[in-house]
Amino acid sequence: MHRNESPLPNRPPSRSTPRDSALYDSLILRTVSRLMMPLLLLLSIYMLLRGHNLPGGGFIGGLLASSAIILQMVAFGPKTARRILPVNYLLLAAFGVFFGAIWGLPAMVAGLPYMQAFWLPEPIPGVGKIGTPVLFDIGVYFTVIGVTTKIALLLVEEPSLFPLPAMKPAPVEQEEGA
Amino acid sequence: MVFHLFIPIITPLIGAALAVLFNRQRIVARAITLISVLINLGYGLWLMSVAPASGPLVAQASGWLAPFGISLVADGMSALMVMLAALLMLTTILYSFASVDEQREQHFYYPLLLLLLLGVSGAFLTGDLFNLYVWFEVLLVASFGLITLGGSRDQLEGGLKYLVLNLLGSTAFLFGCGLMYGFAGTLNMAHIAERMATLANPGLQTVLAGIFLFAFGSKAAIVPLFFWLPTSYHTPPVAVTAIFSGLMTKVGVYALYRTFGLMFQNELATYGPWLTLLAGLTMVIGVLGAVAQMNVRRILSFHIISQIGYSVMGLGLASAAGLAAGLVFTAHVMIVKMALFFIGGAAEQIYGTGDLKKMGGLARREPLLALFWFLGILSLAGIPPLSGFIGKLILLQVGVSQQAYLITAVAAGTSILTFFSMLKIWNEVFWKKSYDDVNRLPRVSFGLLAPGAALVILSVALGLLAGPLVDYNTIAGQQAFDRNVYITAVCGADGCEAVYRAALK
Repeated sequence: MHRNESPLPNRPPSRSTPRDSALYDSLILRTVSRLMMPLLLLLSIYMLLRGHNLPGGGFIGGLLASSAIILQMVAFGPKTARRILPVNYLLLAAFGVFFGAIWGLPAMVAGLPYMQAFWLPEPIPGVGKIGTPVLFDIGVYFTVIGVTTKIALLLVEEPSLFPLPAMKPAPVEQEEGA
Repeated sequence: MVFHLFIPIITPLIGAALAVLFNRQRIVARAITLISVLINLGYGLWLMSVAPASGPLVAQASGWLAPFGISLVADGMSALMVMLAALLMLTTILYSFASVDEQREQHFYYPLLLLLLLGVSGAFLTGDLFNLYVWFEVLLVASFGLITLGGSRDQLEGGLKYLVLNLLGSTAFLFGCGLMYGFAGTLNMAHIAERMATLANPGLQTVLAGIFLFAFGSKAAIVPLFFWLPTSYHTPPVAVTAIFSGLMTKVGVYALYRTFGLMFQNELATYGPWLTLLAGLTMVIGVLGAVAQMNVRRILSFHIISQIGYSVMGLGLASAAGLAAGLVFTAHVMIVKMALFFIGGAAEQIYGTGDLKKMGGLARREPLLALFWFLGILSLAGIPPLSGFIGKLILLQVGVSQQAYLITAVAAGTSILTFFSMLKIWNEVFWKKSYDDVNRLPRVSFGLLAPGAALVILSVALGLLAGPLVDYNTIAGQQAFDRNVYITAVCGADGCEAVYRAALK
């Protein structure tokens, strides 16, 4: 009941996986999350590419991709999740904003309103129609991955990044004896 | 259709992204920030030179037709505000170069400033009610970052109050948007303005206007919704307080002008007397609050509230002339208020405290700083030939000509109280003898003095060359009050309803 009085008994460290501070210690979760990672990333790219005229798009694709990383974080802990995809997520988000914003500019050069779409005449086989809205969506994709993953990682890492000052145990009233 | 009307929005957006990417190279980040603000300033000046003659400039985002897509509209009022926002941001950035610590610069201080500029420029330009909400959120998020950047206990406390009370206003705004869509079936401001005239149920219109008055009134810090302002504005660095004083409340005023001038013009007859009452209360309560304070920036914060009263008075007079007078005054007060924050902040920075009791003797030590401060408070109080005189004179003239004698008297009386309260800072910071040895204090660097001084000089210039300013704002006020010109510019000569019907067929 009082966390600082009765610490949990230390579990023996596992040999197979380098665990830092996984939220759940579960073999099933670890196995499934390993299998799900490539699937989720593929699905996110599929969602990204179909997004401009079907449900999906940069935002949803980005959420899927970041959920792949967050799943690793839940199963193995934030350090492992950072090692799997070693990028600076903040810079990734900024790059996404930049990349998304510049693809509205060709329209302005042509004397049209910002973000007017340009498309390739022929769809690329296997990918679909490619145009400036798709490239804009890729910018959104990167931004969403960057921001959501960064927030999730920060929330999990908070206790180690900003440790609370040691607190004195409060005097406990004796209720349990009754 | 002006395709490049997006420049004041794109430039800070790309600038902010680049400034994050090049955050490590301090010089590059500073240069990117400076360049994007300069582009906005240049474009704002160009807009101001074009908008009065040609009428509102309009662009449709990605080429969608007007009542369906998001329109950007730059009439005289928007152009003035876009230009002023960039100008004030420029001085803030120059002041930040001289004053902000490296720790903040590393933690994305400049990108946040650019995001603030992005939100403000977007809010001034948009012609879509929900888009206005989005821009408000952009600028609020940036301001939350700026006000808590540094994370000291005071800042977090002030930031929390700021955040909670602003979110309340935002929620009301969102409610208003939803109700408006349910009521009028559109969110394009021009289309709403057109439908307001034909839709039945005037009672609902009055209620909607009241919701928007609450939402924007809380952003603009009118009485009784001003509590968040003085509790939070003195906590962040001086540069941040200054830009907040110049932009944040004024975006609320602009939104009030836009909604009541365009969408709820019929309601102004109902709301006019109440608006003037609120304006009078805001003036008096703001200035009386300032009298009780003993901290440089807290006094100035209460004066922001008091000055907002004058801007709202322009709206309460419910005429094109009233809006024009309010615009002249708002432009003046944005400039002068920021100048006072810069100069008072410079004094605070060399003393290391803003407590009036601990300061003193700066008039001898820093005569230039004292001179510009004194000019600044003369301008704020409204002494000729400074810009404050022009701003207040026009407001009072319009007030008298519309037989609103009571509010005019209150406005004139508040000027005296303003001057009295400003003299308190003058006496305590500059005039009285210091208890400590003034010569041990660090000197005010050029970078700390120049931005405030430049703005005071601008105020003097605006006072001396008031003709163009007044002419410009007369046209801007007429444009802001003329619904037909706005609707024609956005949707074409037949109006939005015709475009809407044609598209449905």
